[in-house]
Amino acid sequence: MNAISLVPLPVVIPLLTAGLTLALWKVPKLQRLLAVTALIAMVVVGVLLVIGADRGALVMHVGGWQAPLGIALVADRLSALMLTVSAFVLLCVLLYSLGQDIADGTAEAPITIYYPTYLVLAAGVSNAFLAGDLFNLYVGFEILLVASYVLLTLGGTGERIRAGAIYVVVALASSIVFLAALAVTYAATGTVNLAQLAQRLGQIDPGVALAIQLLLLLAFGIKAAIFPLSAWLPDSYPTAPAPVTAVFAGLLTKVGVYAIMRTQTLLFPDGRLDTMLMILALLTMVLGILGAVAQSDIKRLLSFTLVSHIGYLLFGIALSSQLGVAGSVFYIVHHITVQTSLFLVVGLIERRGGTTNLDKLGGLAKASPGLAILFFIPALALAGIPPLSGFLGKLGLLQAGVAAGTPIAMVLVVGSVVTSLLTLYALVKAWNKAFWQAPTIELPTERVPRTMVVPTGLLLTFVVAITFAAGPLYDYAGRTAQELIHRDTYVASVLTGGA
Amino acid sequence: MIDTAPSLALVIAVGAFVIGGVYLMLERSLTRVLVGFILVGNGINLLFLISSGRAAKAPIIGNGTESEWSDPLPQAMVLTAIVITLGMVGFVLAMAYRSWQLHGHDEVQDDLEDRRIARLAAKNAPSVYDEDTDTADRTLLDDQARDVRDETADDGTGQGPGAGQKGDER
Repeated sequence: MNAISLVPLPVVIPLLTAGLTLALWKVPKLQRLLAVTALIAMVVVGVLLVIGADRGALVMHVGGWQAPLGIALVADRLSALMLTVSAFVLLCVLLYSLGQDIADGTAEAPITIYYPTYLVLAAGVSNAFLAGDLFNLYVGFEILLVASYVLLTLGGTGERIRAGAIYVVVALASSIVFLAALAVTYAATGTVNLAQLAQRLGQIDPGVALAIQLLLLLAFGIKAAIFPLSAWLPDSYPTAPAPVTAVFAGLLTKVGVYAIMRTQTLLFPDGRLDTMLMILALLTMVLGILGAVAQSDIKRLLSFTLVSHIGYLLFGIALSSQLGVAGSVFYIVHHITVQTSLFLVVGLIERRGGTTNLDKLGGLAKASPGLAILFFIPALALAGIPPLSGFLGKLGLLQAGVAAGTPIAMVLVVGSVVTSLLTLYALVKAWNKAFWQAPTIELPTERVPRTMVVPTGLLLTFVVAITFAAGPLYDYAGRTAQELIHRDTYVASVLTGGA
Repeated sequence: MIDTAPSLALVIAVGAFVIGGVYLMLERSLTRVLVGFILVGNGINLLFLISSGRAAKAPIIGNGTESEWSDPLPQAMVLTAIVITLGMVGFVLAMAYRSWQLHGHDEVQDDLEDRRIARLAAKNAPSVYDEDTDTADRTLLDDQARDVRDETADDGTGQGPGAGQKGDER
């Protein structure tokens, strides 16, 4: 079996399983088994794709129509890496929510649609990563957004509808902008295939190309929660159930970042907007983290750190150097896993402490030392304490910034160090309040169920493993960046190669 | 003879749809936002038709020569976009109905941060509303923001009641 036939599987497996689980709504046990099996299969396929893509981009022309005409699914190093990491994160979160179900016995939410929707979300994320043309990217975005609307408003309580309304309206607006960008792109170039666009965008009027670039950046910027467009995020994420927030925090914004990374490197390599992107990155970092410092609810605090650290990813992309992009690729892997595990741990804290309000929480270190360790490791990793992965990722970005040497890059280097320190401050504040201050309310006596701790531990092991595997992973990120910067190979392999 | 330029009527229609839609999307009621979304969505669908260039014959083999055909790709994309828009409309409609069921209205609420700022502003009001300065307008805005329907008031910050008292004293 050749590696190219694996390419559509990350989309096909979860979609088919979603259908099956929907049909089996009366047999929850079988539903769970199928969902877990599908995600394990996705992880396996992801790993195989990473190995395959390292030898050259795998291109699948759906239905046998050659690239500019048909729909191409492309798994290059970046797509394959993102696919694998997100499949692994999706699996851990699914196990966590499974554990929650088992521990609770009955759940208040209409659980029969949870697994199908979750799998559709997985399919949407995979489709966005694999898309070889802008329209397929749009479809991938829509699939994952629809699934996320349903997951966010699951149960239909007043609180979730309130938060969901903001989220849905903002997402609809961004989708409309994306669709308009597609129409303009097609009118200007006559194609939506990314490889062909890379060839043609250089030949059209620079003003029109700039307009297309801005429209795409606006659409992806909303989805990725970049500073002026990030206000919706801290308000809508914390109301969802813990596993849902975790998977949103880990993956949804990163799909937006992935789209920016892909389009900036492939379609607009001349970097005309790099200065603007750097300023936005700086504002996202600093204002995001200042928001986090001001919060007294740990879920909202984490949502703000999520926004803030998107700035680091944008910084690497804005440098448009090989070092910068490599730093971003490494950082995105680190950030997906760390942010997801932090939200999962907060789910555990909420269970053990009965609340997520930092003014009320307290005394958890004595009551549940294991939980303290579970929170401590990802918190340090996020703040960037050596030797954990956050430090390595930030170091890579700082080196890239210094190497670029422009004044604005130096400002950003300083900004990222300050952000890093403020992240540490915000997390230490949360740590002190939740774990060490005298408890103001009586802690529930119930212990945290092991079925929820184990998946969290699994994800944390991965966070730590990134630190140990940093050498090979950084090499891979470097090769990925090289492939992204030298876009001719991508264009050639999509337009000529493949079956 | 086939017209070679995109129709001006289409361009005007896109403009009208988008302008009307954006205006409605700025409303607070979710139903109006939804109607606005439908309008903008249809406007963008027409934009795809413009991007396919001139009006021409249907691209079916046997229906004239290839050069007389219109470009089928944007039409395929519009079809996908219409299906997606339809799905979204269904979902948002259900959400608006649920919101109406729960709260008796379907307003898109201010987010928490906006409310906190409004409350803080109201709390600090006495220092701003010095007798010497005429700030009648600002009182109105802050009070309005504070008095908007708010089911998140008891979010644990404890600032809701305090702000209310200050407002009453004045």
